[in-house]
Amino acid sequence: MSGRALRRRLKSGTLTAVVAGLAVLAVLPLLLIFADLIHRGASSIDWNFFVKSPVPMGENGGGVANAIVGTGIIVALACLAGIPIGVGAGLFLAEFGNGRLGWIVRFVADVMNGTPSIVVGIFAWTWLVRPAGHFSALAGGAALAMLMIPMLARTTEEMVRLVPNSLREAALALGYPRWRTSLAVVVRTAMGGIVTGGLVAVARVAGETAPLLFTALGNLNFTTAVSGPMQTLSLQIYVYATGPYEEWHRLAWAAALVLMGMVLVLSLAARWATRSRYAAG
Amino acid sequence: MARRRTRNLGDPAYRWVLTGLAILLPLLLLAVGTQLAVSAAPALKKFGFRFLFTTTWDPVAEVYGAAPMIFGTIVSSLLALLIAVPLALGVAIFLTEFAPRWLRQPVGFLVELLAAVPSVVYGLWGVFVLIPLLRTVAVPPLRAVLGWTPFFKGVFYGNSMLAGGVILAIMIVPYIAAVSREVLQAVPATQREAALGLGATRWEAVWSAVLPYGRSGIIGAVMLGFGRALGETMAVTLVIGNRHDIGASLLAPAYTMAAALANEFTEATTQMYLSALFAVGLVLFVVTITVNALARLLVWRVAKGAAVGSKAL
Repeated sequence: MSGRALRRRLKSGTLTAVVAGLAVLAVLPLLLIFADLIHRGASSIDWNFFVKSPVPMGENGGGVANAIVGTGIIVALACLAGIPIGVGAGLFLAEFGNGRLGWIVRFVADVMNGTPSIVVGIFAWTWLVRPAGHFSALAGGAALAMLMIPMLARTTEEMVRLVPNSLREAALALGYPRWRTSLAVVVRTAMGGIVTGGLVAVARVAGETAPLLFTALGNLNFTTAVSGPMQTLSLQIYVYATGPYEEWHRLAWAAALVLMGMVLVLSLAARWATRSRYAAG
Repeated sequence: MARRRTRNLGDPAYRWVLTGLAILLPLLLLAVGTQLAVSAAPALKKFGFRFLFTTTWDPVAEVYGAAPMIFGTIVSSLLALLIAVPLALGVAIFLTEFAPRWLRQPVGFLVELLAAVPSVVYGLWGVFVLIPLLRTVAVPPLRAVLGWTPFFKGVFYGNSMLAGGVILAIMIVPYIAAVSREVLQAVPATQREAALGLGATRWEAVWSAVLPYGRSGIIGAVMLGFGRALGETMAVTLVIGNRHDIGASLLAPAYTMAAALANEFTEATTQMYLSALFAVGLVLFVVTITVNALARLLVWRVAKGAAVGSKAL
């Protein structure tokens, strides 16, 4: 082998190693964060942590039951508003989205995906909190829905477009009208993928804090009233992390571990939903 | 005849319902922009362009200039890009070109998971792990080597532009990696095969045939990461120090537009204060929308309108 060829192969090998090293370095923070969450959070998690609400400042103990339930309620509200609009818009993009309107909606969805969530928060405050005169879980749910809609629209479109045209043609040939073909055949085939998109979107908004600061606000008491302020895990972590007490920091880590656990379960479920779809197809 | 009529009613109805839902998206975006502009109008009328270029932010005297926040937003995001781009491209190139097949799925999933970690969890980690780590491990050698530059002068309290930039870098790596990965996957295999067939080594094939083909898409991916960093709120608010100041030193506390909104919005007691914060929101909105729009157009050029990176974004 000539020197030049050897040099080229050496260069190729070295740079491959550099790229692999960079990849390892990029994944490293995730492992560090997981290790710290478990190391600092796990010891504080017991039964009381899940079933008790926070105790007054200065006392020890208490839990985040209010925040866990609040997160569930606000995310459910977001799904209620966000899923029909997001999935509907995605269906439009896949079924009728080849014209100018389709291009605009697709572009807007992608651009909205990058809109800072804090801006959505102040918008929701202006439209829903200020006129009502008080903070509310409803406004928080609406803000999160606004974040879900563009994500859902795009993933739904992608998934529906994966459905082979032959299926559609078979249904049309059997005399199904277009709308029934779309709902009963196309959407049904793509359901696994749409569910995956939904789970990913839920995982993403469940951890959001910024849009909730001026909408759901936070609440140290246990409540299920959606017309008033409500706590979420993310808001509670923020308050505890910025507070001066050791006890609060301990609870912040524990709450972060619970929140991360929820996000992890949702992400794994999303993976699993896609996998079973491929296995079935 | 009657049957045909009912059938024809179903199809247009279906189409119009979906169209109605889809039109909500542009309407929402329009509503956000308009509302921000309307609410920001009093402050913008009073201060004009000085709002963007003056540094006094004094709610008591009712004088508002957003220059320190705009400066902090841009510098922290650029710092984040400086750190994140090599890492993210490393991941993308490794996963599409070099990784053994069995490694692609798990590493890809880990990167996606990194995108799913809530911002506030990054912030918590930043406050209690990253900042102590910077103080003991990173800052002393940086100061020893680069202490003579204006960028590493002064006392390091912990909460600083540096901490903000590093936490942002960690957060945007998965976005840039996910999008560039899909861009690289969209590069036709013939592109690689041709280079390899001409005798190129694997690296030369990537460098001379794959990367140039995906260039505009990769630039788009980097811009998407930049847009994310500009608007990122909670993690930055927790570690950047929240001080209205413009300084060269990365070790000094700084502020960003998003952090100012998070901290001050509920405290805004006067109409003008509130309007000034809306103006900050408007600037942030316009900047991120512009960056994102340009980024999308660049990515679409390679990936043909696909929802690239949609799992991570």
